[in-house]
Amino acid sequence: MNVSILGGSGYVGGELVRLLLDHPHATLLNITSERHAGRLVSAVHPNLRRHTSLRFSRMDDLGPCDLLFSALPHGSFAKHFHAFKSVAPRIIDLSADFRLRSADDYKHWYGHVHPNPETLNDFVYGIVEIRRDEIRNANYVTGAGCLATAAILGLLPLFKNGLVNDGEPVVIEAKVGSSAAGNKESPSSHHPERSGAVRSFQATGHRHTGEIIQELAYHGTPTVHFSATAIELVRGVLITAHLRLAKPLDNKALWNVYRNAYDAEPFIRIVKETRGVFRYPEPKILSGSNFCDVGFEIDPFGERLVVLAALDNLMKGAAGNGVQAMNIMAGWDERAGLHFPGLHPV
Amino acid sequence: MPNCLECDANIVLDQKVEIGEIVDCQDCGTEYEVRSIDPQQIDYAPKEEEDWGE
Repeated sequence: MNVSILGGSGYVGGELVRLLLDHPHATLLNITSERHAGRLVSAVHPNLRRHTSLRFSRMDDLGPCDLLFSALPHGSFAKHFHAFKSVAPRIIDLSADFRLRSADDYKHWYGHVHPNPETLNDFVYGIVEIRRDEIRNANYVTGAGCLATAAILGLLPLFKNGLVNDGEPVVIEAKVGSSAAGNKESPSSHHPERSGAVRSFQATGHRHTGEIIQELAYHGTPTVHFSATAIELVRGVLITAHLRLAKPLDNKALWNVYRNAYDAEPFIRIVKETRGVFRYPEPKILSGSNFCDVGFEIDPFGERLVVLAALDNLMKGAAGNGVQAMNIMAGWDERAGLHFPGLHPV
Repeated sequence: MPNCLECDANIVLDQKVEIGEIVDCQDCGTEYEVRSIDPQQIDYAPKEEEDWGE
C-alpha cells in the first residue's frame, strides 16, 4: 500500500515517517512540507539519518496514493479536505479538525466556525479501542487528542458499565510533556522558561474536554472538569481522574471491569502492581511505544476512585494510534510496525 | 487453580511446584508462597520492607 504524509516536518509527522519506513506492508511515497520542500527528511528528523533518502515535497506535487496521513496543524487540513479527497481514497487526519461531531461543539471549544461543518460526520473518531469496527470500513478517520485519548481509555470501561455516579463530576488532571505543544517555538517554549516547569497552562477550558465529553456521553451524562499541566518531560502524558462510584466496588471487581474491557487489546495494559517501582501507569517507560497503560486505586475512606492512564503523546496519542488505525483499515495485523516496547531505563 | 487475593487473576501453578515456593500473579505482581499442593493453596509471601520512592 502506497502511503503519503501531508505536513511531515512536525513531531507527529516525524513519528509517522519513522513508523512507516519500517512498516512491513506500507510504502512511503511523499512527505510534504512547504517550509522544507527539497530538503532531506533526515535534515529535519535527524533520528532518520541514513535511514531514508526521501526528501520533502510540496503539497502541490503530491501524487495519488492509497492512503494519506495528514499531520498538518489544526485548521489547515479542514480547509482543503475536498481537494485531498482526490489524492487518496482513504485519509487519516491527526489534527483536531474533525474530532468533534457537532459544529456547535467545535465552535464552543475552538472559538471559531468550522470551515466545512457538513463534513464533520464524514470522519470516524479514531481511538481504535472504541471504534474498531467503524474504522475497519471507514474512508476517513480522525486521530484523537493525546490527553483525551488517555482520559477516555482510562474512564470508558467505568462509564460503559454504569459505574460512575451520574450526579457528580469527574475531575481530571493531565500532565503533559513539551512535545505536545509542537515544534514551533514560542516565549513559553524558550528553554529558560520551559525547563523545570510545572505549569498550569489550561486549568479550565482545555479543548480536549470536548472530545472526552463527546465520547463518554455515549454511555452516560458525564460532567467533566479537566485541567492540564506542562511538566518536565519531552514525551508523555499522565492523566489522574477522580470520580465517585455509583456503588461500592472492591479491587477484584474493578480489576475484572478493566480486564473485560482490555484483556484482548494489544496496546492497553492494566497496570496496578503491588510491588516494584512502576506500580501505576507512568509515561517515562512508554516513550516511543504505542501502549496506553491504565490503572486505578480505590480511596479506602470513601467511594472515590482514582483512575490513571499514561501514554506517549506522539505515539498512542497521535502517530502510533494513526498507524494502528491504518492497519485495521487495510486488514493487517493491527500491531504491524508498532512492536517497539519502549525503553528502560530511559 | 487458586486466584489472586488482590486482583482475582488465576494463578497457574507449575506441575513441579513445591510447598514453600514463591510464585507471583502475572497481572498485579503480588507474590505468594505455595502452602499446599493438593489442594492447591497459596498465601501472601513474606514481604520485605521496601522504599519505592516518594
